[in-house]
Amino acid sequence: MIETVKEQVRKLLDSGQIQGFLGLLEKNGHISPHLFTDPEELDRLNLGERDKPGDARYPLTKYLIKIARAHPDKKFGILVRGCDERALKTLYNYNQLNPGQVVPVGIACPEELARECECRQPYPEECVAGEKSEGCASVSVDRLDELELSERFDYWTEQYAKCIKCYGCRDVCPVCFCNECTLASEDLVQTKTFPTETPLFHLVRAAHMAGRCIDCGLCEQACPVGIPLRTLYKKIYNIMDEELDYQTGYSEEKSPLNAI
Amino acid sequence: MEYTTALTTCTYCGCGCNFYLEVLDGQVIGTIPCKTSPTNEGKLCIKGWNVHEFIQSPKRLTRPLIRKNGELVEADWEEALDYTAQRLKEIAEQNGPESLGFMASAKVTNEENYIFQKFARAGVGTNNIDHCARL
Repeated sequence: MIETVKEQVRKLLDSGQIQGFLGLLEKNGHISPHLFTDPEELDRLNLGERDKPGDARYPLTKYLIKIARAHPDKKFGILVRGCDERALKTLYNYNQLNPGQVVPVGIACPEELARECECRQPYPEECVAGEKSEGCASVSVDRLDELELSERFDYWTEQYAKCIKCYGCRDVCPVCFCNECTLASEDLVQTKTFPTETPLFHLVRAAHMAGRCIDCGLCEQACPVGIPLRTLYKKIYNIMDEELDYQTGYSEEKSPLNAI
Repeated sequence: MEYTTALTTCTYCGCGCNFYLEVLDGQVIGTIPCKTSPTNEGKLCIKGWNVHEFIQSPKRLTRPLIRKNGELVEADWEEALDYTAQRLKEIAEQNGPESLGFMASAKVTNEENYIFQKFARAGVGTNNIDHCARL
């Protein structure tokens, strides 16, 4: 699978269709984001897996914003899974990236990873490598929905109380691009206090994820205390889908919440 | 055009979390927690997430300083280390190792603090070791 990806990237670089490819590099036993400009380096390309599929995924689209802004005259290839493609779409919708500057190189996630992520669509529309596996239902959300309201309230209150306010969920998020963040605004939330204002801090972020969150799950992986953020934002996706018929990450338009 | 990441260890405490510093065209622009690090597994605290902000502070000391005639003067590492070694030896010979004291730092790794106290105890021969966090 990786050889096919390398070949495709090499073609894109050699033909001059792109000037750089944002992917992952294997170095000293670690896997890190890297902009490949020299085809020779592609020997060390990695798809974001060390011990098992997708265990070293990074929000590449977030890094691409900074690179593309610094080099508006260049075109970039980027390694995308299903979630990364949803991130790209959302970033295009909100004018954070120019689609003319981006050439996605898609890979499909294996079934094992799709199940672990409860991913709705574990593949981008166009795949260079990997076999498309079926989308999965959000079982984690259903499980919590089955609880009595008071039990559910207690569950989430307990989860939010663990927060150490590292802001990692925001900092890793591929669709958190606001110049001014509500979570850092003293007028709206308590910014310099501890413990975390519960449940306001997390609900403010959850509300802002409506029509934005593309379900990559990187926030939950970055959370030092294990708050099931992905489940929370999956629920937000479902609400947007059911109440406003908006499919975050799949639509070509901004969410209806941004219509005003 | 160059975008790369440099793997390094957090200097905020002794835990030893690993992260990448994002380097775009020679400028450090961000911090990315390392997911393959056995120490922090892709997680960081709020201080670690913002390391890239302080490392480029113009107030940061980037070269050693030696006090000469009452004033701090920039020196190269060779000169600073030679001077320190020479004075440590002189003081220990004249007044005994107990006349020396060592102040460790909260902004280095656990391992560096270990080496530091080992140097003081086993190398120089004093138990006069303390830590900046007590100040």
